[in-house]
Amino acid sequence: MTDTSAEQKTTVSMTVDGRAVEAVPGEMIIAAAERAGTYIPRFCYHPRMRSVGMCRMCLVEVVGPRGPQLQPACYVPVAEGQEVITDSPAVKKAQDGVLELLLINHPLDCPVCDRGGECPLQDQTLTFGPGETRFVEEKRHWEKPIPLSSLVLLDRERCIQCDRCTRFADEIAGDPLIDFVGRGDHTEINTFPDQPFASYFSGNVVQLCPVGALTAEPYRFKARPWDLEQVESTCTSCSVGCRVAVQSSGNRITRRLGIDADPVNQGWLCDKGRFDYEAVNGDDRLRAPLSRSGDTLGETTWGEALGKAADALAGARDRHGPASIAVLGGARLTNEDAYAWSKLARVVLGTDNVDCQLADGLPAEVVLGLPHATIDEACEADTVVLLTADVKEELPVLYLRLRGAAVAGATNLVELSATTTGLTRYATTSVRYRPGEAAEAARQLVAGGAVTGDKVVCVLGRPSLAEQPDSVIEAAGVLLDAVPGIRFLSGLRRANVHGALDMGLAPGLLPGRVAAADDGGWFAGAWGTLPETEGLGAAGILEAAAAGRIQALVLLGADPLADVPDRDLAQRALAGAGFVLALDGHLTASSRQADVVLPVVLHHEKPGTATNLEGRVTRLGQKITPPGSSRPDWMVAVELASRLGGDLGLETLDQITDEIATLAPAYEGITRAALAAAHDGLLAGRDDASAHEAPPTMSSAEHPEVHAAAALGETDIVASEPIAVRETPEPAAAKPPTLRHRPAGRTATPPATDSYSLRLVSSRALYDEGTLVQHSPSLAHLGRGAAVRVNPAELERLGVTDGAQVRVSSSRASLTLLVAVDEGVPRGVAALDYNQAGPGAADLIDIATAVTDVRVETV
Amino acid sequence: MARLNPTNIERAREVIARYPQPRSAMIPLLHLAQEQDGHITDDAKAHIAELVGVMPAEVHGVSTFYEMFKHEDVGRYLVGVCTNLSCMLLGADELLAHAEDKLGVKVGGTTPDGSFTLEQMQCLAACGGAPCIQVNYRYFENVTPERFDGVIAALSAGTDPEGQAVPPHGTLSRVSLPHPSTDADRERPQEIHS
Amino acid sequence: MTATARTSVVFARMGDPEAHQLDRYVATDGYEALRRALAMTPEQVHETVTTAQLTGRGGAGFGTGQKWSLLANTYPRYVVINGDESEPGTFKDRQIMERDPHQVIEGALITAYAVRATRVFLYVRGEMALAQERVGQALADAYAKGYAGDNILGSGWSMDVVLHWGAGAYVVGEETALLESLEGKRAFPRIKPPYFPAAKGLYQQPTVVNNVETVATIPWIIRNSGETYAALGAGRAPGTRIMCLSGHVNRPGNYEVEAANITFRDLLFDPSLGGGIRNGNQLKAFIPGGGSAPWFFEDQLDLPLDPGPVGAEGSMLGSGAVVVMDDTTCAVRAAWNLVRFYAHESCGQCTPCREGGSWLEKIMFRIEAGEGRLEDLDLLLDVGDTIAPGPFPHASWPEKGLAASPFPYKMTTICFVGPSAVVPMHSALTRFREEFVEHINHRGCPKGSAHR
Repeated sequence: MTDTSAEQKTTVSMTVDGRAVEAVPGEMIIAAAERAGTYIPRFCYHPRMRSVGMCRMCLVEVVGPRGPQLQPACYVPVAEGQEVITDSPAVKKAQDGVLELLLINHPLDCPVCDRGGECPLQDQTLTFGPGETRFVEEKRHWEKPIPLSSLVLLDRERCIQCDRCTRFADEIAGDPLIDFVGRGDHTEINTFPDQPFASYFSGNVVQLCPVGALTAEPYRFKARPWDLEQVESTCTSCSVGCRVAVQSSGNRITRRLGIDADPVNQGWLCDKGRFDYEAVNGDDRLRAPLSRSGDTLGETTWGEALGKAADALAGARDRHGPASIAVLGGARLTNEDAYAWSKLARVVLGTDNVDCQLADGLPAEVVLGLPHATIDEACEADTVVLLTADVKEELPVLYLRLRGAAVAGATNLVELSATTTGLTRYATTSVRYRPGEAAEAARQLVAGGAVTGDKVVCVLGRPSLAEQPDSVIEAAGVLLDAVPGIRFLSGLRRANVHGALDMGLAPGLLPGRVAAADDGGWFAGAWGTLPETEGLGAAGILEAAAAGRIQALVLLGADPLADVPDRDLAQRALAGAGFVLALDGHLTASSRQADVVLPVVLHHEKPGTATNLEGRVTRLGQKITPPGSSRPDWMVAVELASRLGGDLGLETLDQITDEIATLAPAYEGITRAALAAAHDGLLAGRDDASAHEAPPTMSSAEHPEVHAAAALGETDIVASEPIAVRETPEPAAAKPPTLRHRPAGRTATPPATDSYSLRLVSSRALYDEGTLVQHSPSLAHLGRGAAVRVNPAELERLGVTDGAQVRVSSSRASLTLLVAVDEGVPRGVAALDYNQAGPGAADLIDIATAVTDVRVETV
Repeated sequence: MARLNPTNIERAREVIARYPQPRSAMIPLLHLAQEQDGHITDDAKAHIAELVGVMPAEVHGVSTFYEMFKHEDVGRYLVGVCTNLSCMLLGADELLAHAEDKLGVKVGGTTPDGSFTLEQMQCLAACGGAPCIQVNYRYFENVTPERFDGVIAALSAGTDPEGQAVPPHGTLSRVSLPHPSTDADRERPQEIHS
Repeated sequence: MTATARTSVVFARMGDPEAHQLDRYVATDGYEALRRALAMTPEQVHETVTTAQLTGRGGAGFGTGQKWSLLANTYPRYVVINGDESEPGTFKDRQIMERDPHQVIEGALITAYAVRATRVFLYVRGEMALAQERVGQALADAYAKGYAGDNILGSGWSMDVVLHWGAGAYVVGEETALLESLEGKRAFPRIKPPYFPAAKGLYQQPTVVNNVETVATIPWIIRNSGETYAALGAGRAPGTRIMCLSGHVNRPGNYEVEAANITFRDLLFDPSLGGGIRNGNQLKAFIPGGGSAPWFFEDQLDLPLDPGPVGAEGSMLGSGAVVVMDDTTCAVRAAWNLVRFYAHESCGQCTPCREGGSWLEKIMFRIEAGEGRLEDLDLLLDVGDTIAPGPFPHASWPEKGLAASPFPYKMTTICFVGPSAVVPMHSALTRFREEFVEHINHRGCPKGSAHR
């Protein structure tokens, strides 16, 4: 830490207990001392939140003009020449005293407290506190515990009023639904009566609570902390890739805690990511292979199930040709799983009909081929253009990061959307467009000068499942043309969809972001063979299956009936496919229709790697052993290959990781050793050498390929353990370039709506009918239901009241739904959350049409 | 159990306009709600939250910090006896005991007819007239048990005690206040001597 | 020293029951000072107040002119008048606001002019319904007659004054808590740094917070010059100040005195002031500057009402509230009464005050109620030491020695409310320890039970 250049001194020299410490200007004494090895006790201080100096546990003496004065180390910034004393009798007395005071009204019910054993109050009492209490009065009493929400309970007797939960709710989550109530020694934390702490981020307060006052319903009384074992992993509930600590007891996941990965989640998790481990524990997990006999699926052996599957695949390949086989899904898989399946499809099955997306995302070349941005780059950008679905609903922790940046004034959010979203209130500019008209809106936005600054990032996703993505892709092209140096952060939500795409689970794509057309013999050589023609994407596969042209359809954790935004097509496809093989952890609507279902292991039951929406590759941790005879997906691929007379050359997981690093261009340098050393993961395929040091510019975007090692500058470990940067590409014949894409051209203007129709918008809410949510009892009931939301004026036009039943009809179906008034929905538009209970948007949408117009009528 | 009525919404908007930031109007608006309903209802808190642009939990948190805000119905007259040092030295504790006997309720209680709620108050800044009481925040100083009885008797009879009008609980100032300018220039320093 | 030769500065109109009316105010030099100030430059007005050596009358006694000079050079900036008077024993600001509200408004306007403020807020305590009506009416009249609002007195200078009222919380008297309250929040005192609202005050903008009596003094200073004001009184206490006298004296009330010219003995015993202890009783103790000031006794009666000597003797003049206790007073009960007040008024923000204050109160009540233990006495001192770490220099504890001044207290808290609960306990326990022991040994108060 010592700065040797005297002229440009960037540190502050101070002393802590007489030892010289170099501190960072502006940081608080508590942080500087901790880095220098002196831990100052604290309860209210949290490095990710505003200091409030309330608990007074961190009092230290700071020597001033009038001698040493007790000051809160969390609140006093370091200063040149400052003398800090943390071990004097005065400090010891203050710490003893504060702890005694915190304990006088604190119930000593530690044996039945979830926090017992990992409680900062317990621990600090042991280290710093008095041995016994002198308090003989009656302790404060409150009713205990009270629910703050269906997920979080509060025991006010244990609360030490540290303000962490309330600060989190206000500052970080932006949901000030809990506050101090009352005054003085009767201060409590509470909600407004009848308005629960229904924040998507409520579970964080449980993790933040320095005592056992806040407990999580799914964890309460489930375990004692000293029985828990822990492994670090990455949350795969969505694509943000939050780092988590996964804890288990007795081979059941008991808890997931956020880890402070600075470039990603900074310690926070959404409640779905925190609690949907319940689905992994569920008693309804598949434990043995299932095989269809007539109308029923019955348990069978792996040998029989694999044999049946292999026969069907071989039969299709050999009798109808490789193009009669299709593989759908893969976003649930690890990178290694996806790589094995990508290779199986191309090398053994011979098909390029693979797609990890379910017609609910964006074309692979758009996701992979645009200049990539990191979350940090978005948060530091002059302007962030939002061209995606509601980030709060689909990528909650990205929402926290963007919201935090906007509130701090670090960036301007410019929103292009069909309806208001969770980020609308933080956006400096919000532009509403009618579905199908995003490109025009982008042109106006650019022309209006709303996209300013040298650093611009666009969060690009699939704003609505009720429109084809063409106009949104065109809008991205408009921005790319108009804004030099613009970078894109993918807004695709599905778990490891970016890893699956990177492993080539899309037609015409090969691992490491290589277009098959650019392979130049690299993979063809390494793998031995490649399909000759480009395959079908999800929509094409489904159409082909419905038309009877797919003889064997593999569902890699895919549930088309729930996830393809065209339920009619999905149903016809499943019915029309000759043979359906499903690999899944739970039975889904789709796998119930399969011929063979293979039970596979889920997250926390297997190691491997995953890639988040930034392209950040991190390691997954295995914490428990899977139920029954479940196997990893990669192993199924290897065995099927063998039964089909092929050989993937993959025998261990490590071997797959190594092969990815060797063969996949964007993953060069992302070796097991490098991953092990990188706390925050490694960025795959960054196209500029110094993402952090220099703002991305047009020229840096055009730099020749420089690989993941460039991104290592972001991790603390790298400095001491550098991995060589490949400075010159190998000869083209050896290694192909990664994908570049420039969306261009004008799409057809969508048809005008007649005056009676509303244009449908549909995207996901955090809690839906998805497998993980529905198999997590604590979350399953949180879905808000399928109500069609319309502007008040439309409601008035219809002559019905908020909450009434209406008929919603499209070219596909006519449904009876509840109607809800929503001022955030413009006139002429109807919004409907995707995949809520009962009939819904998937029944109304025809993915073959550009937009979905519906009529809303009184019943 | 009410949100602010149309008249009070209008008054609320005037109050909000006095401040550079709407949230500053929170305490005055809570007084307004208390004037309307005699205490502050949850509906009124939610309404105030809308008016000043915060969450209801924040209004709840603020309203429970300040002792004048009552969250349940109180009597038409809130009778507060100061028992802080100067008043205590001159018999306030005894006066409070007398008040409990006279009204037949303990501190915090309301008489069965809903007329009086008895409170123990913190220093009312009338130490020179100790012991003192307030009825709906109107002062009575140098109060003896006999004078206390007289005040209660007058209020019970519907007359002004000792000639002092006591409006119902919740009503504070009846004065209509001036409207500050909304001119943005007022945010900058003015120079009248060049 | 002659206690009777007194100059009325703030209280000049107190004898006039109609002084709150605008025409009466104008007829008695009212708004003349504002007119003169507007003819001066803001710097000249500021200089006049600095010359007057006026100090804050809220309790801390900081130099008013000096406070103004700390303002950061940004806009908007605000003047906030602290009319949340609630320190036990203090009742002067209420009287000024009720009886001479225009004087407060005039002083606030002059302050705003001197510091180039962009808006004035008058924060009046919630429980003072009459003061709110009187100040409100005065404000409405002043606006109507051009003394406030647009183009004041034809000068081209405009200033809005917003009347705001509180809702019952002692801690609002702490200036940063007052600002939080004025922002519509729970009145949690702000943690320092920043040390002064002058840097970051209301809405994080530069703000002057002045007490009602302080600004009510300013019109007289402008009319009579800073030098004239500074010549009143002596030593470190130029000018006059209002002493709020209450408790066991024959003539309780507010007395405006050239404070440094008289002694506590004058204040308590002079026939034109306190008029002696009631019923001919003996003095037991007196509080020289509000409930949070360490107690004084017979030995300190001849000290002048001057912050310097008072501070040197281990207490403060604070808000100018003198509470007199005669020898019939139970020291335990009197101290418990004050501790109860500060414990009750803790905002709950920081641990030592929230938990320690109420613990002190519980222990003292137990002793007063006859359930004390001898070990409670050391416990009281030790808990007090956690909130306001000793040594605690004190007139009641001469053998422990005295520092130059107890202010600011050493404290583990964010603001002074927590230490204020320690002070009366400490004063009573160190001086009247035998009374505490008597309570413990005789299982109760020899002078009768306490009301809770």
